[in-house]
Amino acid sequence: MTTAEPAILVNDLTVAYREQPVLWDVDLTVPSGISMAIVGPNGSGKTTLIKSILGLVQPAAGQVLIHGKPYREQRRLVAYVPQRETVDWDFPTSVLDVVMMGRYGNLGWIRRPGSKQRDLALEALRKVGMELFAGRQISQLSGGQQQRVFLARALVQDASVFLMDEPFQGVDAKTEAAIVQVLRALRGEGKTVVSVHHALQTVPEYFDWVTILNVRLIASGRVSDVFTQDNLLQAYGGRVAFARPER
Amino acid sequence: MGPLLHDLLFDYTLRTVALGSAALGAVSGTLGAFAVLRRQSLLGDAISHAALPGIALAFLFTGSKATLVLVIGAALAGWVGTLLVMAVVNTTRVPEDSALGIVLSVFFGLGLVVLTFVQRRPTAAQAGLDKFLFGQAATLMMRDVAVIAALGSVTLVAVALFWKEFKLLSFDREFGASIGFPMRRIDILLTSLLVVAIVIGLQTVGVVLMSAMVVAPAAAARQWTDRLGLMVVLSAAFGALAGVVGALLSSTTRGVPTGPSIVLSVTALVAVSMTLAPRRGLVWNAVRHRRNRRRINTEAVLCDLYALAAQHDDPGHGHAIAVLRAMAGGRAGVQRTLEVLEQRGLARRVGSAGWALTTTGRREAVRILAERGTGR
Repeated sequence: MTTAEPAILVNDLTVAYREQPVLWDVDLTVPSGISMAIVGPNGSGKTTLIKSILGLVQPAAGQVLIHGKPYREQRRLVAYVPQRETVDWDFPTSVLDVVMMGRYGNLGWIRRPGSKQRDLALEALRKVGMELFAGRQISQLSGGQQQRVFLARALVQDASVFLMDEPFQGVDAKTEAAIVQVLRALRGEGKTVVSVHHALQTVPEYFDWVTILNVRLIASGRVSDVFTQDNLLQAYGGRVAFARPER
Repeated sequence: MGPLLHDLLFDYTLRTVALGSAALGAVSGTLGAFAVLRRQSLLGDAISHAALPGIALAFLFTGSKATLVLVIGAALAGWVGTLLVMAVVNTTRVPEDSALGIVLSVFFGLGLVVLTFVQRRPTAAQAGLDKFLFGQAATLMMRDVAVIAALGSVTLVAVALFWKEFKLLSFDREFGASIGFPMRRIDILLTSLLVVAIVIGLQTVGVVLMSAMVVAPAAAARQWTDRLGLMVVLSAAFGALAGVVGALLSSTTRGVPTGPSIVLSVTALVAVSMTLAPRRGLVWNAVRHRRNRRRINTEAVLCDLYALAAQHDDPGHGHAIAVLRAMAGGRAGVQRTLEVLEQRGLARRVGSAGWALTTTGRREAVRILAERGTGR
């Protein structure tokens, strides 16, 4: 994607579960090739924003465009890393099998993955340092390893836009390093990354753009411009226990 | 066993019963594997109970007791019941288990009412409809088996075709939706196949206990493997086996309905699996637990001996077992542990009641302590 067109364009997005609004009138532009953190307190609609972009949540109003077109037409361009708690890790399947699921969309109906898909999956596992675990049953993985398997599944989709939901949540140092390395590699390849992120102190180090959210959009832009005490206080109220390192 | 095997092969009735119940067991085992993995065990119960009014109404309207007619009636009612559950869950705040419970009991009650009404009619044509309550394998005819086999084959072929899609649905539905699969439609397809798997078993097993044929073979199969493919095949095999054994038990014993006897057979399979299966079974767990405890005890005594030797000038000095017992916090079996250590050449007796480490034992203790990362 070499166009100046934004990777993701969100217009007047409002989402409500029952009567409670979760996202209110959100406008968001994600330029192509950046890596953006989405931060905000619990219940601020971060996950809902990701799911709305993916078309997994029906918005009450508003629209989302991926490289200028609705998600339905651009699925091949988008890869998704869900929160790892959303699945049953005792499911009887192997690491390689889960990663190959990332190719299912390209395979289409009925066709089964073959040796080509297997090779792609193994390569993705190598990128997250999990190639030795390919045959492992997924219930034998640690939390961090599970997260890396999900990341590999997204890598194998060969997308240009990556949507991640708290990939750093509760992972070990080794996994954190592996994810950071993948994020850097993706940025090097000109891919767009949007990731829900919890640890405010690592935002400037891991991401170049940030969106601060609390049901409404508080601020969105370059980390150097909008990642300010004021904006964070506005999102988190008095609860922000964090001092931004002055640079 | 010999005569039974002979009858199984050459007695028309028994052979029919065995074939029919094997087929239905294999099909419900296959679909049941997905139901169990998706935590929808209760859905099978709701579907089978919901099918009863369909059977009674199908007979009431057509006057026919042909298997295909009744199966279609059962499938329609089971399907309506399932859709109702989904509708209640999606549009109200009633949780899924309550919705299942409501649909199950309302449809079953309705079924009993219609069944009673049908049976009060003066003609004798309705005789035998009540076999759908608890199942009666002995009434299976070859043409029933043909219906079971035909519908069952369609179901199994569909599972084979949509294997990848069903796996995706069962493991990570939202991810499936994100890569463009219509997960709701795949869900409806899989659930419809489950409905078919259930209704073809109703004549043999009965509506009351059919859900056991959905849940139990899969629960047993899960104990033995961590691979979906193998689990489904095992579940089908367990279902078929339980079906045949249960149906034969009931057919060869007067007055035993098939449903209960099949359920008892499949329960035996579950019990055996939960007890003996490697890694997940109770016996395996107990053995592993004991082995761990013994290893920990052995290492503890070894390290205690090492600690005692460190306080002494002479490393070969013998230490009394009472001291070691005290160090073990009064844990039993210190004597035995010492004997084990002696057998492994790690400890030796000194004098009449003393114990000391051998050179190998000292090295081993150093290794263990280093591994723990503490000098203690």
